[in-house]
Formats: sequence, structure tokens, C-alpha cells
Amino acid sequence: MADAGRHPNITLLTQSEIKSVSGYVGNFQVQILKKARYVKEDQCTACGDCVQVCPVLVPNEFNMGLSSRRAIYQPFPQAIPSAYVMDINNCLGYDPVVCGKCIEKCKKKCIDFNMNDQELTFKVGTIIVATGMEVYDPTEMDEYGYTRYENVLTSPEFERLINAGGPTQGQVLRLTDRKPPKSVAFIQCVGSRSQRRGEPYCSNICCMNTVKSTLMLKDHDPDLDVKVFYIDMRAFGKGFEDLFRRSKGMGVRYIRGLPGSIQEDPKSKDLILTVEDTATNQLEKHRAEMVVLAVGVKPPQDMKTIQEMLALQKNSDGFYLEAHPKLQPVDSATRGIFFAGCAEGPKDIKDAVTQASAAVARAVRLMNPKRLRVEAITAEVVAEDCTSCGICAKVCPFRAITVDTRAKTPARVTVAACSGCGTCAAECPSNAIMMHHFTDGQIEAQIDAILEQDPLQRILVFACNWCSYAGADFAGVSRLQYPPNARLIRTMCSGRVSEKFVWRAFEKGSPVVLVSGCHIGDCHYLNANHWTERRVKRMQKKMEKMGLRAERLQLEWISAAEGLRFKEVMEKMERLRQSVTEQEVTETKRILIDRSAVPEQEVQ
Amino acid sequence: MQELQEREESRIGIYVCHCGSNIGGVVDCEGVAAYGQTLPDVIVSRHEGYLCSEPGQNQIKTDIQEQRLNRIVVASCSPRLHEPTFRKCLAEAGLNPYLLEMANLREQCSWVHSHDPEGATQKSKDLVRSAVARARWLAGREEMEVPIEPATLVIGGGVAGIQAALDLADSGYRVILVEKQPSIGGIMAWLDKTFPTMDCSI
Ligand SMILES: Cc1cc2nc3c(=O)[nH]c(=O)nc-3n(C[C@H](O)[C@H](O)[C@H](O)COP(=O)(O)OP(=O)(O)OC[C@H]3O[C@@H](n4cnc5c(N)ncnc54)[C@H](O)[C@@H]3O)c2cc1C
Ligand code: SF4
Ligand code: SF4
Ligand code: SF4
Repeated sequence: MADAGRHPNITLLTQSEIKSVSGYVGNFQVQILKKARYVKEDQCTACGDCVQVCPVLVPNEFNMGLSSRRAIYQPFPQAIPSAYVMDINNCLGYDPVVCGKCIEKCKKKCIDFNMNDQELTFKVGTIIVATGMEVYDPTEMDEYGYTRYENVLTSPEFERLINAGGPTQGQVLRLTDRKPPKSVAFIQCVGSRSQRRGEPYCSNICCMNTVKSTLMLKDHDPDLDVKVFYIDMRAFGKGFEDLFRRSKGMGVRYIRGLPGSIQEDPKSKDLILTVEDTATNQLEKHRAEMVVLAVGVKPPQDMKTIQEMLALQKNSDGFYLEAHPKLQPVDSATRGIFFAGCAEGPKDIKDAVTQASAAVARAVRLMNPKRLRVEAITAEVVAEDCTSCGICAKVCPFRAITVDTRAKTPARVTVAACSGCGTCAAECPSNAIMMHHFTDGQIEAQIDAILEQDPLQRILVFACNWCSYAGADFAGVSRLQYPPNARLIRTMCSGRVSEKFVWRAFEKGSPVVLVSGCHIGDCHYLNANHWTERRVKRMQKKMEKMGLRAERLQLEWISAAEGLRFKEVMEKMERLRQSVTEQEVTETKRILIDRSAVPEQEVQ
Repeated sequence: MQELQEREESRIGIYVCHCGSNIGGVVDCEGVAAYGQTLPDVIVSRHEGYLCSEPGQNQIKTDIQEQRLNRIVVASCSPRLHEPTFRKCLAEAGLNPYLLEMANLREQCSWVHSHDPEGATQKSKDLVRSAVARARWLAGREEMEVPIEPATLVIGGGVAGIQAALDLADSGYRVILVEKQPSIGGIMAWLDKTFPTMDCSI
């Protein structure tokens, strides 16, 4: 930790927040707000003289309020930077009439009330998001009486109690009588693995953290009565089972079943736990002098700001979503941005550190060549055709397009930020975007060529490169057999499939059309497939209005692993195709040709 | 929309791959190649045992040079497998790698319609026709290069952020480590002993 504070290549900014990030991989512009510390960071020697004169006393948040601190303070003894910090909201004020005692006391004159917040700007090539996690607040689980009974603690509070540098110098004491407890009970999965309250997932670290705590307790006092109530103990990592066995060997009792409620004995302030032991099916009562709730972890509350600023995605648990869960576990879907530690999901220190080093390797891999090759499949705006409506900028998942809708200047694509999904080209109402390597001309030529012979027999399929086309490949690799009528047109993303491609296919006599892509949430281009979904729905509505059977246009999400699903979709499409008569196709052609004769009002 | 540039005259070469018997066992590759020859702008249309092998690729390169081909259609396996291989092959023959188009005769024809050789062959012809149509519209692309700033922003100064910052700094990169609290350390700073080693955390 100290190394990070003094490394010549590291600029450490504490009490700081990211204000904005612009640019793209290789060239991000970052604005940071560094709040005033009111103590000169480079001069304070952490002598602590100031603390002695400060009259203010507030709960120490680092010790979860189990002790107190002054308005000028050091967060914890090993803090980096070690300089003291002024809690300006609680400070009485620098007016010498009111207080200002610390200013006089500090011999080095490093307390400065005139310090201002600073706005700093940096240029960076890559970004690593390591914003970590928060712990669950068990207040809502009222049956455990966390807010009512003083001897019910959370695991972080217990960590501070048993910590040699903590409020009790490492002595575990009851808060009600300041005596060491003779019995301690741990309750697992508080706020984890529940569909009702807290979070549905396993928090990963609390089982082992409890095992650790029981060992520390038994080391302090081998006679202590320690019980752990659990659903199942998860000791899956290297060396974990050893610790678990040691804990049991030292006499810690592991009881399978979570207490339904805790009652406090009003006199002794002991706690009575009612629990059904699911191993014996007995309803039991256990008495403990202290209860520790092994609380789960969850994503930080303020995560949304960073998430939106960097256009990152979250998974259903609320942690950041990696580009690929197995093959790109530390990459985000945005090039040049990586994840490290619990920002991506709950994990222990070893995994957090491993992941950090992996993220560094990925970042260095990009930066080391000093120059970066960018995607060749990119969008380009044809300035003469652009009406500056701003739609492209709105739909681009990578915010690669800038357009000033008020000044009416044509849209511009930042080529290095464009990932090539083609959504902008599909949505531009003025046909002003040229999607290189997947141009209108190229795709329309394919549509025409496919429907040149026996169109009535054909199923025209648009498949995205990453999921549905890969799903078709997987069906092939698995030798699954399906009707031979489908003809695939590959695009990088389903977002590329313009309305006009579909209309053209129907106009050329296609009985059915399938648009397919990655499942929502799995899109290789963040959320481009949301636009696909909206567009297909919009087209289906238009078809209904025109008197066409909307079901002839289908949308399916097929992942790279869903070969079987691909086959089933092909069979479904074939049944659908057989339901379309020649007459229906002729009628469709007529309707569409009539329609294109009248300029259409674009409905957005 | 109009295409941006006037198209040069296309000189297309088609290469149908048997992939041993993987494609050739079901699809009439010779017939597909012969059909390809009838399509507009097609100069040569061949079928080969294994196109991805060295002799296969050499045939393409020779044709590019001798026949002045400027568009290549490879009808073989999935582009998700061998597109990089054949792009490289084009580049080595002096052609822009983006002037390649593939038709997927293996994953989309022979393997999935193995009991219907006729259907599989018809589909192969259609896919080749579609690929040729697209190839006529292809344009070369350049992969642009941009300079990259040798610096990293690390957001969050917990154990993960600290480790990342140190690894980067030791590798010679500048690091901006941003922490919202007055000290770095994150959750680990609360802990005294840590599992599984039971040693001190900071
Ligand atoms: C009670 C408890 C006990 C544990 N015991 C153990 C143990 O014994 N052994 C073990 O291996 N693991 C243990 N763990 C897990 C361990 O704490 C984590 O693996 C580790 O702390 C994860 O580090 P991190 O850097 O990913 O996240 P964090 O420690 O959460 O650090 C994230 C940092 O980012 C900062 N931050 C967040 N958002 C922003 C923002 N927007 N801008 C700037 N800064 C931001 C935060 O202030 C914080 O400093 C325990 C966890 C808990 C809760
Ligand atoms: S690690 Fe253990 S205590 Fe924590 S949520 Fe998972 S099972 Fe429950
Ligand atoms: S959507 Fe098309 S017309 Fe509108 S701003 Fe973008 S490029 Fe211009
Ligand atoms: S192609 Fe996709 S990533 Fe590129 S500018 Fe258009 S919408 Fe954005």
C-alpha cells in the first residue's frame, strides 16, 4: 500500500471523483475533481499534534462507529497518504474567534483553510475500473434485531473489534458490558442467496471469512463456545478446506440451518436464537452472548455514475459485465477499459489481485506497441446527405458520433471509437451513413442474388457474426439436420439490418424474413440489439397497417452455443414459409411497390 | 445510398473447397465451381481438395498475380474459422485483404443437409452467387493506426486498484490512481488477519 503512495509513476489522488471521460481507446480525456483536504498532503508528518486540541468528537466511520475521532483525523494508522485530513462538515470553522485551534498547534503550518477543490485533467490510453463493493446493511432483516440488540454485530464490525489496530486493540468485547463474551454465534448468508431480501447470489467470501474469524476467536480463547449457522459451507478454494477442518477440529460447531429469529434476554443481554437444524429436523434454541451476521456484499451504490460515463454494462447481479465470461474475463465491451477486483463480482483478495494483474497485462498489451490498430469496419457520414437530426449519435452504443443538432453541422464519426455495429447506418432516416464493408450496396446485392431464383422457396436470414451466425456454425459442427431453404446474410451486428433491407427482400418475393442476433444483454456491441428489437417491432406494425402478415418477419435471439435452437428456428421458419402462398407474395410485392411510389412519412 | 466510389472493373476468382470429404462428400463441388464460372465478372472458378493448405493458398496467390484477379470468393468453411487465413493470403499476393468474401459450404450446407446432396448443392450455388454479388461491391479497407497514450487511469484504490497501479507503474506506465476516500486500502484496510493464510492484510 505504501509503495503506491510513493511510486514515481503513480499520481495518487484521494478524496477525488471522476467528473467526465471523453475520447476513445488510446486517447481518453479524464476530468477529476480533487476535494480540498485542508491539510497539505506533502508536508504533514502525521505527528498528531492537531488532534490533541480539536474539540470536536464524532463517530469514527472506519471503526463502524465503535469508536470516535476528531474533526481533524487520520482515517486509520496505516492510511496512505498518511497526512491528516479535515472533516470540514464537522469542523467548527477556521474563524479564530470560533476555533482554529489546530492551525496554531501545527508547527509545520500545514493546515490551510483556504485550500480549494481542484479540477484536474489527464490524458490516458487505458482505464481500469476497480471500484470494489459494499457490504449489505441488515437493518431490513428485523428478525435478527441488528438495530435493536447491541450485541448483534455485522462481520465488518467484528473485523474492527478483533483487529489489533481497532477500537479495542483487538480485544473482542460485548458492547453492552464491555466484557469478553463466553459464546459467539455466526449467522451466514445474511443478505445473500435470497430471492426475497438482499441479493440472490452467493457473496463468495463470507463463509471463509467466518471460518477465519472462528479460528481467531479460538486462538484468543480455546474454551470459547463458537457456533456457526449456515445453509451450506462453501470452502472451495485452495487451502480453504484445511482451514474449515481446523476450525471444526478446534471445537467450533457448525449447525445447518439459519435462525428464524433472535430474541434478547433483557437482563443478561444474551441472545436466544431459534433455529431449525435441517440435518436433524429439530427446532432448537441456542444462547449466545454475541451474534455476528456474516453480511453479503453488493455493488457500490454510486456505481451508476461511472457506469454511464464509461458506457459499461452490468449483469443481473449488478456488478460489471465482462466482454466474455470465459475468454475475456477482465475486458469490458468497450475497448481499452478493463475490470479488476470486486467491481466485476464478489471475490477474495487473491482473486482480486490476480484479476488486477490480468487487467494490467491486457492494458499493457494495448499500450506497448505505442500505436493502435483500429477497426477497419467503421461508419462514415456523407456530409451532404446529413440533416443533423442527431439520431445516429443517440443510437450509437459507443458514443462514437458527435452532431450538433442546433448548429446543424453534419454528424461526425470518431473512427477510433466506432466498433462497426452499423446501427447508425440502419437508423439514419436520410441514408447519410456509409457502413464500410457492410454497405447498403453490398447487402442489397446479396438480397437480390439470393432471391433471383425460386424466391418462394427461400428463407432469408440476417445473422449477426458473433451469436446467431456462430449458432449456425455450431449447428453444423454438431451435424444437426434442418431444411435446406435458409440463406444467411452475415452482418457484424443485428443492429445493421436496416428497414430497407427487409422491405427489399419482401419486394423481391421473399416469403419470410428472419432477423437474428445475440440475446439481449449479450450483444457484442453493448446494447445495439435493443435498436434491432425496436426496429423489427416497428416494421411489424407497419406491415399490419399495410395489410401484410406481420409474422412473416421474425426476430430471434440465438447464442453461439445454441446450435439446437438454430435448427429449431430454421424448422419453425420453414413451417412459416410453407404457409405463405404465391398469391400472398405477389400481393405483397404490389403493396410495397405502390408504397415506395408515394414518399413515406418516417415514423420514429 | 450511393456508394462512395466508382467501382473498378471486377475480376473475380472463385475457389470451392472439398475440405476432404467434409464438403465434397455431400456437395457437388465440381458442379458448384462450374456454375460459378457462369456468373458475371468471374475470371476463374476452381475446386480444390484443401484450400487452407499451402498448395491451395498458392493457387489463389498465383491466380491473383497471373490473372490480375481483384476479388476473391472462397467457398469453404465458416468465415469465423478461416477468414483471417484467406485475408492473409490475399495480402501476401498484394491484394487488399478486405476484397475477400466467403461462402459457407461446410457448416451451412454439407454438415447440416448431409442426407440431401441435391438441396445442399443448390444451396451452395446460391451462396456462391450471393458471395459473388457482394464481392463485386467490395472495396479495400485500411486499418487505421492511432497513437496511444502510455498512461492508465485506475478508478478505485482498494487492493485490486493498488495492485493494478503498482504493476503498471513498475512496467513503466504512468498511472493516475483515483480514490474517493481520504485513504486508499478499500475493504482490506478493515481486516487484521485474512484467509487463507491467516496473515496480516496491510
Ligand atoms: C468482512 C469482510 C472480510 C473479508 N475477509 C477477507 C479475508 O480474510 N481474505 C480475503 O482474501 N478476502 C477477504 N474479504 C474480501 C476482500 O475484502 C476483497 O476481496 C477485497 O477487498 C476486494 O478489493 P477491491 O479492490 O476489489 O475492492 P474494495 O476493497 O471494495 O476497494 C474499492 C475501492 O474503490 C473505491 N471507490 C469505489 N468507487 C469509487 C469511485 N467512483 N471513485 C473513486 N474511488 C472509488 C472505494 O472507496 C474503495 O477504496 C473480506 C471482505 C469482507 C467484507
Ligand atoms: S460465501 Fe457462504 S455465507 Fe457468503 S453468501 Fe456464499 S454461502 Fe452464504
Ligand atoms: S442520423 Fe443521419 S441525418 Fe441524422 S445526424 Fe446522423 S448521419 Fe445525420
Ligand atoms: S457503426 Fe455502431 S459503433 Fe460505429 S458509429 Fe455507428 S452506431 Fe456507433
